[in-house]
Amino acid sequence: MIVEDVLCPFCGCLCDDIKVEVEDGRIVGVKRACRLGSSKFMGHERISGPMVRRDGELTETTYDEAYDRAAQILKAAKRPLLYGWCSTVCETAKKGILLAEEVGGVIDSTATVCHGPSIIGIEEKGLAGSTLGQVKNRADLIVFWGANPAEAHPRHTMRYSSNSTGMFTPEGRGGRKVVVVDVRRTRTAKNADKFILIRPGTDYEVISALRMIVKGKGDLIPDTVAGIPKSDLEEVAGMMLAAKFGAVLIGLGLTHSRGRYKNVDNALSLVADLNGFTKFVVLAMRGHYNVAGFGQVCAWETGYPMAVDLARGAPYFNPGETAACDLLARKEADAMMVVAADPASNFPRATVEAMAEIPVIQVDPFPNPTTFLADVVIPTAVCGIEAEGTAYRMDGLSLRMKKVVDSGLPTDEEVVENILDRVRRLADDN
Amino acid sequence: MVIILKAIMISGRTLGQGASLEAKTSPEFFKATSICALSESDYDDLGISGEANVLVRTEFGEVVVSARKDDGLPPGVIFIPMGPWANAVVGMDTGGCGTPLFKGTEAEVEGTKMRVKDIQELFADLLRRGGDRS
Ligand code: SF4
Repeated sequence: MIVEDVLCPFCGCLCDDIKVEVEDGRIVGVKRACRLGSSKFMGHERISGPMVRRDGELTETTYDEAYDRAAQILKAAKRPLLYGWCSTVCETAKKGILLAEEVGGVIDSTATVCHGPSIIGIEEKGLAGSTLGQVKNRADLIVFWGANPAEAHPRHTMRYSSNSTGMFTPEGRGGRKVVVVDVRRTRTAKNADKFILIRPGTDYEVISALRMIVKGKGDLIPDTVAGIPKSDLEEVAGMMLAAKFGAVLIGLGLTHSRGRYKNVDNALSLVADLNGFTKFVVLAMRGHYNVAGFGQVCAWETGYPMAVDLARGAPYFNPGETAACDLLARKEADAMMVVAADPASNFPRATVEAMAEIPVIQVDPFPNPTTFLADVVIPTAVCGIEAEGTAYRMDGLSLRMKKVVDSGLPTDEEVVENILDRVRRLADDN
Repeated sequence: MVIILKAIMISGRTLGQGASLEAKTSPEFFKATSICALSESDYDDLGISGEANVLVRTEFGEVVVSARKDDGLPPGVIFIPMGPWANAVVGMDTGGCGTPLFKGTEAEVEGTKMRVKDIQELFADLLRRGGDRS
């Protein structure tokens, strides 16, 4: 049986045209997905069953005992941190926020180690955004800044941006100009009409120089900016001003480098400046397929998109203080629940050392280094393949993910709900 | 004499890293992420060749990874794919915005005969501290 129009639960492109071949309840083939998506559909090693740590060893147990242990850990903690939520659906996030509220914890998503600074930049500056459909149908200039979709979002260029064909862009790549700014000549850079190689940590300066040229103050900038000849910057500014519809697509090159959210703020300001001359939009190349969805749910439930402290009776948001890495770095979190993420791999080593000193609950389909540190491990169905739910594409479009095969495992949402029920019962008992 | 190269370390996504992202204990993930890419000239300057390993050291830690040439990298910039090997040398300061500096850490690189730790070994010294405290 072929299931059509399946959504890919991997990257923020959230491709919705995947064909999945199912035989005897198993996936045997995938069409149209890129290497990243196919690898997810075809499956990886799974966590074999629920486990709790006894005498230092993870030992198999029942789901009920795992839920009980998780609830006890969260209930006993003074500063629990509930982290992850991006490789799962919005329904899970909703329950997770309720749970964080119930235990007076902090809820944070993988955005804070990814495009968190973009969100802060957007809060500072505002966003001239658009859907990917507009980019596909209208953009005649695409600027990838610190973004490498060729490796991180492999179908982005064909489906939505530089190489796509749309209503007013019938010539596809031939009718568009592509600029890439990066610290190395990436695969994406090889597809560019103009590539600007910058030194790591100089994005802010380079953006500022472009803003000056765009605003007619080019004579004030020196012959080179961060090592880039002024003539190159003038050429890029010229391409931007000549565009009918430009799109700046920003990646982790901005958010992970010196300047972080200020880089994004400046990029958004450049786009705002350009809108004084022509039409320009800017989008963040969000990583996980539903990292944008967690931000939406969290924002409408608490008023903030990530790093929300629910210990005070009213939501409090101060990344740098309430983000997962900060809470761990200060050794403030005294228990951690990880849902659909792997902070043990993705956080700096010293932060992971802090994680190893506190009880950790893991809810995930797949084993990973977070499993090595966990005291309770609860395996779940893979969202978008074995469970349905809602996810948000990187541009904020919400789409319904399908269930393609049955795993018999509980969904992330069910697991969080079960733990929430037990936490509430523990509260009643006291 | 050991040749030490000073460089800026950045981490980032790659296709191989992404394809094995949810299979972290697989040999594919190990192969894709326990590496350090260097520009051709930096690689040659280190006096290493073939399947050489390098020791990458920053003020936050050190890690052994296997060296690769990458013609897309400018001299003085090294690239380790996103993952636990890269994060072994990333600092935890978030600059007040929640996000560590995953790109732009000053590093020293030298050729080494030491072996690359596999993923279990990388976490071995952390395993028991959380333990049964729950
Ligand atoms: S580009 Fe992203 S969403 Fe599309 S198939 Fe590849 S991994 Fe999946």
